[in-house]
Amino acid sequence: MIGNLEHTLLQQLWWLIASVVGSLFLMLTFVQGGQTLIFTTAKSEEERSLIINSIGRKWELTFTTLVLFGGALFAAFPLFYATSFGGAYWVWMLILFTFIGQAVSFEYRKKPDNVLGAKIYEIFMLINGTVGILLIGAAVGTFFTGSSFTLTKFNSVIWDTPFRGLEAALNVFNVAFGLFLVFLARVLGAMYIVNHIHHDQLVARARKATLINLVFALPFLLTVLGGLLTMDGFAIDPNTGKVFMEKAKYLHNLLAMPAVPVLLLLGLVSVIYGVVATAFLKSNRGIWFGGLGTVLVGLAVFCLAGYNNTAFYPSVTSLQSSLTIYNASSSKYTLTVMSYVAIGVPFVLAYIAYVWRLMDARQLTLAELAKEENY
Amino acid sequence: MGEQTLATVDWSRAQFALTAMYHWIFVPLTLGLSFLIAFFETIYVKTGNEDWKKLTKFWMTLFGVNFAIGVATGIIMEFQFGTNWSNYSWMVGDIFGAPLAVEGIFAFFIEATFFAVMFFGWSRVSKGFHLLSTWMVAIGSNLSAVWILVANGWMQYPTAMQFNPDKARFEMQSFVDVALSPAAVQKFTHTTSSSFLLSSLFVLGVSGLFLLQKRHQLMAKRSMVVASIFGLIATAFVAFNGDESAYHIAQRQPMKLAAMEGLYDGQNNAPVVAMGIINASKKPGDKEPSFVGKVEIPGLLSLLANREAGTFVPGVNDLVYGNPEKQIVGAKQRIASGQIAVTELANYKAAKERGDAAAAATALTTFNQHRDDLGYGYLKTAADAAPPVAPTFYAFHIMIALGTLFPIIFILVLYFAWKGNLEEKGWLNKLAFISLFLGYVASQAGWVVAEVGRQPWAIQGLLPVNVAGSNLSATNVQITFFMFLTIFTVLLVAEIRIMMKQIKIGPEA
Repeated sequence: MIGNLEHTLLQQLWWLIASVVGSLFLMLTFVQGGQTLIFTTAKSEEERSLIINSIGRKWELTFTTLVLFGGALFAAFPLFYATSFGGAYWVWMLILFTFIGQAVSFEYRKKPDNVLGAKIYEIFMLINGTVGILLIGAAVGTFFTGSSFTLTKFNSVIWDTPFRGLEAALNVFNVAFGLFLVFLARVLGAMYIVNHIHHDQLVARARKATLINLVFALPFLLTVLGGLLTMDGFAIDPNTGKVFMEKAKYLHNLLAMPAVPVLLLLGLVSVIYGVVATAFLKSNRGIWFGGLGTVLVGLAVFCLAGYNNTAFYPSVTSLQSSLTIYNASSSKYTLTVMSYVAIGVPFVLAYIAYVWRLMDARQLTLAELAKEENY
Repeated sequence: MGEQTLATVDWSRAQFALTAMYHWIFVPLTLGLSFLIAFFETIYVKTGNEDWKKLTKFWMTLFGVNFAIGVATGIIMEFQFGTNWSNYSWMVGDIFGAPLAVEGIFAFFIEATFFAVMFFGWSRVSKGFHLLSTWMVAIGSNLSAVWILVANGWMQYPTAMQFNPDKARFEMQSFVDVALSPAAVQKFTHTTSSSFLLSSLFVLGVSGLFLLQKRHQLMAKRSMVVASIFGLIATAFVAFNGDESAYHIAQRQPMKLAAMEGLYDGQNNAPVVAMGIINASKKPGDKEPSFVGKVEIPGLLSLLANREAGTFVPGVNDLVYGNPEKQIVGAKQRIASGQIAVTELANYKAAKERGDAAAAATALTTFNQHRDDLGYGYLKTAADAAPPVAPTFYAFHIMIALGTLFPIIFILVLYFAWKGNLEEKGWLNKLAFISLFLGYVASQAGWVVAEVGRQPWAIQGLLPVNVAGSNLSATNVQITFFMFLTIFTVLLVAEIRIMMKQIKIGPEA
């Protein structure tokens, strides 16, 4: 059946799959959010250990989802992989460095003779949860604001600024997007702590933290939403394939794809309800609403960037070098094969959910940390 | 396709080599130790003996320390294909990306999901589910290796693809043929079995140290017996698929084989060099001797390379300059043909752009006649088609020598364990301890053979490294190279210190 699908449909399907993976990654950044909360919400070494051991059992899932996001983009949209990574070199390198630090920090932080000391590993976690997420947000922001690159006729990328992608951090929209993700990650991290840790004082502070961080996130969210509703966008002429600037392109996308504003609104309401439930209704289940809401918001953002004849990785210096899901994709054959492979994804999600449920069936306590293996 | 500056390409190669070598310090131990831990835990579950649980937890701690830094270096490998080798990513992404994505979906998530259960699930899940999780981590780790090695195997022996001149990239024609190509199967079996061997040496080395220190003697002996059996089985596989691998290299990458043996001038009944010192000033095409001194085994190379005694094995010079008598087309001729392909591809693209269909068709016809040599068109001289011979030769011979030593150690350990006096054999325990490091030397040497031996190609015969990279200034890559060097070295030191401390604490803490 998949073999009979048109190339165009496969390209759209794979943009959706990549969007789902990217959105799941955003949901799983509750780990990064938790990493920053050890500096603000935890008030003792015991509380820090509780947070780190709680999110530390999930860090690998976040990490793996990021790797899969990269792998899916490589497989489905190799020209994006080549253009963005090879061009915006420093943005991606800095993001990667923050993830190197994260990967070892959980395991090494409390081990004797760890050379750097626990504090440095905690700082690695903080950098990953702030700088790492900020830069990822800024990089995603360029899906809307564009980057400075030119593709040669052999699709080799020439980056048109010496800053190699760091210039994205000078754009208000990109920075706002990044900061929104940082605070959203902290909201999710606090919700996860409430759900997974049994410690009255820490949980009480985490409940407050969900609200405080949502308040901090709001101005950045409004900046992003305002930008999306008003900014000019990079449209594709469906007849010629040429890219041109269109006034209020993303507003037009919202209107042209009614499911997208529904996703966006449902997502935002769900996140806000998660915070309200956690902070005011004393529910432990806010993370489920927050997590689901984040996935929906992420999906809406990626749909806005890639569908409805929109260039998802636009070039501001060479408009016709802009990447679309049609000119950046793999061949029909590869996308077809990959689609068969993707049939296995629900099975993967099912065993992850099953194991997650088993492992999180009871809350983490100080008593368990004292007698069991821990970070 | 734009050619990058040599400095940028060389720094990118250095950075990739650095990352790959660091990554490969940690990965083989993960691949093999995960199975050894699963064996230990299985014995614990079967016997109910708490000593085996302690042993499981001890090796698990070392596994966790090693695993974390393996993950950290691994993510860099994946994204470096894009950051430093962006032309490569575009040109082969249609083929290379798919195995990478399959790896992410089917292997990494098994590891990531069950890793937490294995470490923190002792009291949260049943004994049986915990054991299953430990096995899943072992299986997931090794499945992770499958797909990246399929991708690497394809780079060594590109198959089931076609060049698309409109897109200027290679496109996959059969996923099954890519996944099951002989090079991919060889790569996977040789790499994983050698990793099992390395892990067995690791367990042997640490346990040998315990015996030398007269600590944890019972647990150390148990570990050594399990590791030696595993190591011996792994050795048998390594030897078998090593021979297969050499045969396939002879058939598909004859230049690499010539470099592995320091063979410049091809010959019938070619010998294997058992040991030798390469003449460092020797270059392809000159009259200098290949070796300063060597000890040969007559005729063996012909037998191993072609499975037929007395047959001809081509040398570096035959492959660079051609050998009409043996009907070998050399790089020199292929470069001339490749330059036509490069020119006609550019003409084709230009004609298409200006809408000149007739000129485009003419250029495409000529291009198609020379398309198989396209990659050669980017080489400057014929000698550029030869890899660095000395490092390839020495790495190969070090790997073979050590690979011969290791099974002897396993057999001796098992023999003295059976005799019941293993702890009294200080010399053997010292040898076991030293072999821990030798295992890493052999493993790294194997990758040097595989990767240095296929230079100058990113994709064998199709894409040389000088057009595979990103358009970056060398300074950018120099900075990141030293950043990687610093952070990986610091983390390696931390890892070793943590491991040493855990070994000092021991399994009975």
